[in-house]
Amino acid sequence: MEKQDIIKSFKDSLFTGLIALALFGPIVGLRTVSKGEGLFITPQWGIVFLLVGLCILGRFLININSAKKTEFKFLSSFSSKFAHITEDKAKHFAITGILFAVVFPFLPFTDRYFMDVAIMILTYIMLGWGLNIVVGLAGLLDLGYVAFYAVGAYSYALIATTFGWSFWICLPLAGVFAAFFGILLGFPVLRLRGDYLAIVTLGFGEIIRIILINWYEVTNGPDGITGIPRPSFFGLPFKRSPDEGEASFHTFFGLEYSTMHRIIFLYYLILVLALITNYFTLKIRKLPVGRAWEALREDEIACKSLGVNPTNTKLTAFAIGAMFGGFAGSFFATRQAFISPESFTFIESAIIVAIVVLGGMGSQTGVVLASIFLIGITEIFRDLEQFRMIAFGGAMVLIMVFKPKGILANRKPTILMHGDKK
Amino acid sequence: MEYFIQQLVNGITLGSIYGLIAIGYTMVYGIIGMINFAHGDIFMIGAFVALISFIIFGLIGVALPIILLLVLLIAMLFTACYGWTVEKLAYKPLRGSFRLAPLISALGMSIVLQNYVQVAQGARVKPMQPLFSGGLEFFKNSEFIVTVSYLQIFIVILTIILMGIFTYLITKTDLGRAQRACEQDRTMTALLGINVDRTISITFIIGSSLASVAGMMFVLYYGVIDFYIGFLAGIKAFTAAVLGGIGSLPGAMLGGLLIGLIETMWSGYVSIEYKDVAAFSVLIVVLIFFPTGFLGKPDIEKV
Repeated sequence: MEKQDIIKSFKDSLFTGLIALALFGPIVGLRTVSKGEGLFITPQWGIVFLLVGLCILGRFLININSAKKTEFKFLSSFSSKFAHITEDKAKHFAITGILFAVVFPFLPFTDRYFMDVAIMILTYIMLGWGLNIVVGLAGLLDLGYVAFYAVGAYSYALIATTFGWSFWICLPLAGVFAAFFGILLGFPVLRLRGDYLAIVTLGFGEIIRIILINWYEVTNGPDGITGIPRPSFFGLPFKRSPDEGEASFHTFFGLEYSTMHRIIFLYYLILVLALITNYFTLKIRKLPVGRAWEALREDEIACKSLGVNPTNTKLTAFAIGAMFGGFAGSFFATRQAFISPESFTFIESAIIVAIVVLGGMGSQTGVVLASIFLIGITEIFRDLEQFRMIAFGGAMVLIMVFKPKGILANRKPTILMHGDKK
Repeated sequence: MEYFIQQLVNGITLGSIYGLIAIGYTMVYGIIGMINFAHGDIFMIGAFVALISFIIFGLIGVALPIILLLVLLIAMLFTACYGWTVEKLAYKPLRGSFRLAPLISALGMSIVLQNYVQVAQGARVKPMQPLFSGGLEFFKNSEFIVTVSYLQIFIVILTIILMGIFTYLITKTDLGRAQRACEQDRTMTALLGINVDRTISITFIIGSSLASVAGMMFVLYYGVIDFYIGFLAGIKAFTAAVLGGIGSLPGAMLGGLLIGLIETMWSGYVSIEYKDVAAFSVLIVVLIFFPTGFLGKPDIEKV
């Protein structure tokens, strides 16, 4: 490497340091602390100098590296190979994945914590697959998907606590309600173009949340709904001591009572729900309406001229996506036994959209990988409570910067006119 | 009637703050066609920088007009650094990739900035002693006295001055011409020898500095901030930009004023709990009748 280059990159690094000083100086360096009446400032210059030093060093190393042109080639070639493999052997991959998911609860290292994380990941996978219908297939950017999740959760909770109906009756009802809300929102706004639609759906998500907070008589406001009935195993409840003349799960099968039974049951429940969503999506892609969604995503004007009604077609995508959101919501309600508006903030919508886009729009496997990756990151950083969301956001930015099309970029239409071009 | 005028004054003040943030959204949307979700958090950082500088100058003890001017400049400078860095790190590598990629990157950046400030400054709300007191009183003979505080006058006048400077910058200078050219056709502009990357960076710098002024006003007006203020203010400002017609600069200001007025009128006359619902509902209704906002250019798609 030339001496000039080194001097140049050194100067560049110093400039980076200057910017870093401007960035971290006031916000990190001067921490505001409330003491009694007013606010006071505690300087933390040590951390600032550390951060600035790291920035200078990092920038310098990147500069030297990019001069050698070895920049992250390894990373991108690895992931493109990976994408290739999974596309070729998608079926084997899927079957292995499902088999692993089925035996997962009985693996020796699986404990309560792993099960909880797995249930959470599966919930996000299901939400991701549901939203994939709207974003990935129909190409409609929905930033308020959590609204349908909330509608599903609240309809389940309200129906179950008011009428005492069982989970298996409430679940479809919750889905129907969510789909109804999807149509209600979709009808006026689906004529809007991409970004306008995004902001309107975002607004709708906020409207639902604000109504949930303020409509005390029905939703119990910020306190939420407690005592939501747990699901039963075909009528057998998971109770330690069943009521008189009633069998519970462990007495019926003659097992030792364990709280794990219910968790394993919940795990299989969400696994089945998620797989139904996936199966449905894979099937509907081959039906005329699924084809119309993909066609609309690619070119709306061409679709119009071929006689596809864009509003109705989008509306079906919206309603079906919302329905699956509603199913996931009722699962969430029955799992937690408690819901409050706090669980349905914009950040949830953002996470779901991120899962779909990071996975590679339209790719079902990508959703799985992105969910595992993103939820896994927040779990790894769980001990560093404050830093987990920084890591989460940072991961979103990094994946987009290095793989703008997502982990598995698969936007291939399901059919092409002249067969599969390879 | 007096009550209405009072709400009108409050609404215009709030609208000025939203309008200044909305300009950042609309400019970025105009030039690179993306929703800059991190802009609300840039506003929040501006508010924090302003708060910190207010405390420092308060300790030193300088005259009020000098404090205001210095804080204004400092907030603009430091916040502009944030806007510039965010663009360089998260959006520039994604130029030319598909539409959703920068959006997700922006969402990630927004999460990072919010939590970064939470870690650095603590999660608790930060109160500030009011710097301004008093105001003008009207309709002293009637039951309801309309008060226009000096702070409200300051906010509105500062907004008008900034809008004047900004309009001059966009319509009369080379920089503004380059900026408008980039909005129309980036490739052609580059062919004509204009540094497109630099123009985009400057757009982010201008947008961020205006947002930081809004942040300073927010600190003064509400007297309390936390790391989460950027989200709601950002969303409402974006709603304002869409309402006025995204990409249109006068539209952003108009939209900001409208959202501010709707919010105060709704909390004054209907219910304070549902004021945010009002703003979003109005947006949905307006978009049904004016699909590109009030002042937006009608969008004609060609094959």
